[in-house]
Amino acid sequence: MTLVTGFSGRFWYWGSRFLAAAILVPLIVIFGAWLVPATEVWGHLAATVLPTLVGNTLLLIFGVAIGTLILGVSLAWLVSTCEFPGRRWFDWALMLPFALPTYVMAFVFLGLLDFQGPVQGFLRQAFGLPASWSIEARHSVGVLAVMVLVLYPYVYLLARVAFLKQGRVALEAARTLGMTAWESFFRVALPMARPAIIGGVSLAVMEALADFGAVAVFNYDTFTTAIYKAWFGFFDLNAASQLASLLLTFVFVLLYLERYGRGRARFDDSGSAPNLRTYRLHGPRAVAASAYCGLILLLAFIIPMVQLLLWAWNWIGDLDFAYLSLLGHTLALGAMAAAATTAGGLILAYALRRDTSWLTRTSVRIGTLGYAIPGSVLAVAVMWSLGWIDRQVAEIWLWLTGTEATWFFVGSVFSLILAYFARFLALAFNPIDSALERVRPSVREAAQSLGFTGVALIWRIYIPILRPGLLTAALLVLVDVMKEMPATLLLRPFGWDTLAVRIYGLSSEGLWERAALPSVALVVAGLIPVFLLAVRGRR
Amino acid sequence: MALLEVERISCTYGDSSALHDFSFEVVQGEIAALLGPSGGGKTTALRAILGFEPILKGEIRIAGEVMSRPGFNVPPERRPVGMVFQDRALFPHLTVEQNIAIGIRREPKADQDRVVRNLLEIVGLEHCISRFPHELSGGQQERVALARALAPQPRLLLLDEPFASLDIDLRERLSFEVRNILKETGSTAVVVTHYQDEAFAMGDQVGIIEDGTILQWDTPFNIYHRPVSRQVASLVGRGVFIEGVLREAGTFDTEIGRIRDEHHDYPHPPGTRMDILLRPDDVLIDPEGKISATVIEKAFKGDDTLYTLRLPSGTRLLALASSHRDLEVGEEAQLGFDLEHLVAFSRSSGI
Repeated sequence: MTLVTGFSGRFWYWGSRFLAAAILVPLIVIFGAWLVPATEVWGHLAATVLPTLVGNTLLLIFGVAIGTLILGVSLAWLVSTCEFPGRRWFDWALMLPFALPTYVMAFVFLGLLDFQGPVQGFLRQAFGLPASWSIEARHSVGVLAVMVLVLYPYVYLLARVAFLKQGRVALEAARTLGMTAWESFFRVALPMARPAIIGGVSLAVMEALADFGAVAVFNYDTFTTAIYKAWFGFFDLNAASQLASLLLTFVFVLLYLERYGRGRARFDDSGSAPNLRTYRLHGPRAVAASAYCGLILLLAFIIPMVQLLLWAWNWIGDLDFAYLSLLGHTLALGAMAAAATTAGGLILAYALRRDTSWLTRTSVRIGTLGYAIPGSVLAVAVMWSLGWIDRQVAEIWLWLTGTEATWFFVGSVFSLILAYFARFLALAFNPIDSALERVRPSVREAAQSLGFTGVALIWRIYIPILRPGLLTAALLVLVDVMKEMPATLLLRPFGWDTLAVRIYGLSSEGLWERAALPSVALVVAGLIPVFLLAVRGRR
Repeated sequence: MALLEVERISCTYGDSSALHDFSFEVVQGEIAALLGPSGGGKTTALRAILGFEPILKGEIRIAGEVMSRPGFNVPPERRPVGMVFQDRALFPHLTVEQNIAIGIRREPKADQDRVVRNLLEIVGLEHCISRFPHELSGGQQERVALARALAPQPRLLLLDEPFASLDIDLRERLSFEVRNILKETGSTAVVVTHYQDEAFAMGDQVGIIEDGTILQWDTPFNIYHRPVSRQVASLVGRGVFIEGVLREAGTFDTEIGRIRDEHHDYPHPPGTRMDILLRPDDVLIDPEGKISATVIEKAFKGDDTLYTLRLPSGTRLLALASSHRDLEVGEEAQLGFDLEHLVAFSRSSGI
């Protein structure tokens, strides 16, 4: 008994530290690029594009933060505290834009709004404008609009849960203290939801910073596009790393804001009374609320979906064996990453309960940091680290056999899976952690008293209890890997094109209509986690 | 004139608890307690007084001014009513000071400070002024909630199961403390509770509520010793009914012998079959007693013991006895009776 406990105890102990190191080392390595003497490419970049990059990135951060804040909070407030026609339906439908990857939304909007698109054509015809009349669709406002429409659900979801959890009582207490509806919103509901809202906004901004496809389609230069150009345009991994480390600095500032924005106050101990809708809207106000929710849903989901389906139908002929192989690669990568992250998530979540030392908790925190790190940064980090290992392997190989070795890790499926693992470990960790939270320690004690120990305990007791959590974790990772673009683009082994890579190829050449078909497949896959969220929200 | 007048209101809330033809009054400076099982309508009554539930019939007035009547409802934020919520509902993002001051946020800062300091002194929490709610114990949170509700100087204060989440000792201590604070500040208050001890400790008047109606509105003493109906008697305190026949003015023949009630005349004709309430403190374990019974259950409570006894006829009685003398289950005991306040209801009338 002692022996078994001792062994499994040590396994979790070292497992969690190993995983943390696997995430942390590549990140440290990235900053190591500054130790290498600056290359010519870097000098060129720093002199010409760096100011634009920083300016564009700051605009993106503030634009997305303000946009998602306003949309997300206002929609969440309406559906969680007011009653108006269609509210129950909007409650879940407003999560749907989650299913659209930013880059899909980006090319659909460009397709609709560019010179040849239906909107400008209609405007020319309707107002009798000359055929040469046009407006530039590739504008920073366009990028921001696309990002906000796709990313507001982060804020919406978290704010909605926060408003629901505050319950009716907090608002009623506010009213008995003489506050009007607006006063209670600004003085009570909003400040109480602040951590959730800050969390949602920082997630949205992190997604925006990590995005590669949408900014690429809009020719809006950010760090992710610059990393791509440094790597594929100049083959200068060092300059790419330096850019990546700058991007990472922005991300860490955001992470800091998210974690420390809450101060001493704690926000989660409020009433549990069921939230009956406090404010019943009537007449014009009810119509306005329905219209507002409807408009956002129309812009963020219905119009792009209809356009995608129309285009996909026109190019249905593209659907052949080549597509099946794309789909096969996509699913295979997704499945491998899902298996790896689910196992990793289980190790972290279990370690947290077996050993509550500072080092374990820190390891888990580091292990789950990857969600914040852009795929392109991770790609560069993985490339650096594995490249170094490969060189050591090659030297040993040369010493052993006297022959030159080929690249061992670099350019392998393993390198891509490693990047996915780092990025999506947190995604797998969270559902497993909350599933494990519901297994009381006495369950383990009861099982042990009935003779289940070691592997039998995990296999016969924990895995069956945790199955829903494990499945959710695997599914979420599968879907996100399918949609992942920058890391896949940078690290994919030769011949391993995925749906996302194909979408990038087609949309970067302006072949939007043909990019619709693979996009539909991704959106359908993306609807799965939205469905899961909606079902959970119902309960 | 009564400060709060609830006049024959009807009201529904949710699907279960509704009020029918519900009336009571509370005089300025008095504390009323609404006592009854959960789901009986106590909380619905509070919500109607607060203005969160519209009423279908009747009228609610505060200081003579109409607050609710069918089709008319002064919104909660404009009523001179303060509320201490069941789960306290302190704002978690505000400190103790800010929580208390939020109801008087439009007054000059100096006045706010004075009120907050004064209230914190009254509730004995001066040292907690800059803490957050989660840094306080349950009892301290309760006191802050009370101070917050008192700060705007409401004409009427409502307390909804204020101590429900606290442990028994603290509940007892706080109910006295809060009563003293309310008396000290001259507040008029309505307390809702399903703990009899709490209602009796806090209320000047107690209303017994079941199924959306008031069964009795009276002082704690009278509620206990003069319940108006069998229903009230069984809701309040412990006790059992034994059967008896009324002989002449206030004299009953029962299986424990002839008993007399010198305080009451009963209007019923001699020969009426009645149910007579015996409280546990009416029944004494007395070696000289003439009635013998078997102990079938005992609950040792430290300073006293509650015995359940069976008479030869099968009737059960409860007896509260000092714990010095210890009887075992199955043992025979001799019983005496101390019948100061008799409560009897005629069997046929049902009340």
